[in-house]
Amino acid sequence: MTYLQLFWAFFLPGILGYGGGPASIPLVEKEVVDRYGWLTTSEFGEVLALGNALPGPIATKMAGYIGYTEGGVLGAAVALFATVAPSLILMLALLSLIVKYKDSPKVKNMTKYVRPVIAVLLGVMTLDFFLSSYEGAGIWQTVGIVLVAYLLLQRLKWHPAYVIGLSLIYGAVFLGGV
Amino acid sequence: MTVWHLFLAFFRVGIFGFGGGPSSIPLVHKEVVERYEWLSDEEFSDVLALGNALPGPIATKLAGYIGFRVSGVFGCLAALIATAFPTVIAMIALLQVLNTFKDERWVQGMTAAVVPVVAVMLAVLTWDFVKKSTSGIGVKMTVAFLAGSTILLQLIGLHPAILIFAVLLSALLFTPAAEKGTGEVRKERAG
Repeated sequence: MTYLQLFWAFFLPGILGYGGGPASIPLVEKEVVDRYGWLTTSEFGEVLALGNALPGPIATKMAGYIGYTEGGVLGAAVALFATVAPSLILMLALLSLIVKYKDSPKVKNMTKYVRPVIAVLLGVMTLDFFLSSYEGAGIWQTVGIVLVAYLLLQRLKWHPAYVIGLSLIYGAVFLGGV
Repeated sequence: MTVWHLFLAFFRVGIFGFGGGPSSIPLVHKEVVERYEWLSDEEFSDVLALGNALPGPIATKLAGYIGFRVSGVFGCLAALIATAFPTVIAMIALLQVLNTFKDERWVQGMTAAVVPVVAVMLAVLTWDFVKKSTSGIGVKMTVAFLAGSTILLQLIGLHPAILIFAVLLSALLFTPAAEKGTGEVRKERAG
């Protein structure tokens, strides 16, 4: 049963996430946190943060890790398969059809019109993380870390891996008493 | 030999690409077009356009498709494994270590401090999508779609899968099959 759920939880984001892996993260969260309750929002955030601190595609890292914790090696394999296979098989199977239609306004519009929906999903997830941080670290720590992280990431263009590394050190040293 | 090269190429892409699949596309280009010359520049753009026309993670679509095109099923598998496995294993190992110490205060502190950083990264990603959306369908349509999606998803509690499916289907059904050529199409033809 868990395997079936794992398959479903990662199959949906795999076939509905337009815009690559990062765009499908809110859909993964919806299934993993809201529907099946495998992780809490804050646990999901932790996994996502470490995923972002490591290289490689984010969708497969999330699938592999969550699959592994829920169903061992087989669980990881099922979740990875569900993430990767459907869209890849579609790409290989529909090849001639897609080559013909890739410049068609219909196909382009599918991608264009789905973007605002993804934006809302990402926005809601962002809010969830702010709230979860407010509950965990308190308002002042949250505001401070958010400002510094924003400055480092967007203004000084630091690499995300360094910013996450720095926040981990800061947390271990200064938030250990929370 | 080619299968081994496919493995190496996508292994490097996997372990040097930070920031998820879309940000590692230039690395794929470097390996596939520049280093091994499996595809020409135009072929690569075509494959990328194909991948973007379909849902799902882009990194594995590119790896699987290019692997298959270069050396069949084994090539496909080698490229996929090289893309996904190393980082999944690193992820599991790292989190296992952290979980062993999860009752320690310093680990709880780490978790508390990293959540707001993720929130910032997600906020940036959200904003990217809003911007891309306004350049694709205009400001008015974007605002309308944002408002509509928020109401349907948050107030009515519609499952995102249903909404996304409905949007995709309407775009497919109600868009004319040909149009006078948008800026994007013209640019591609000229280029």
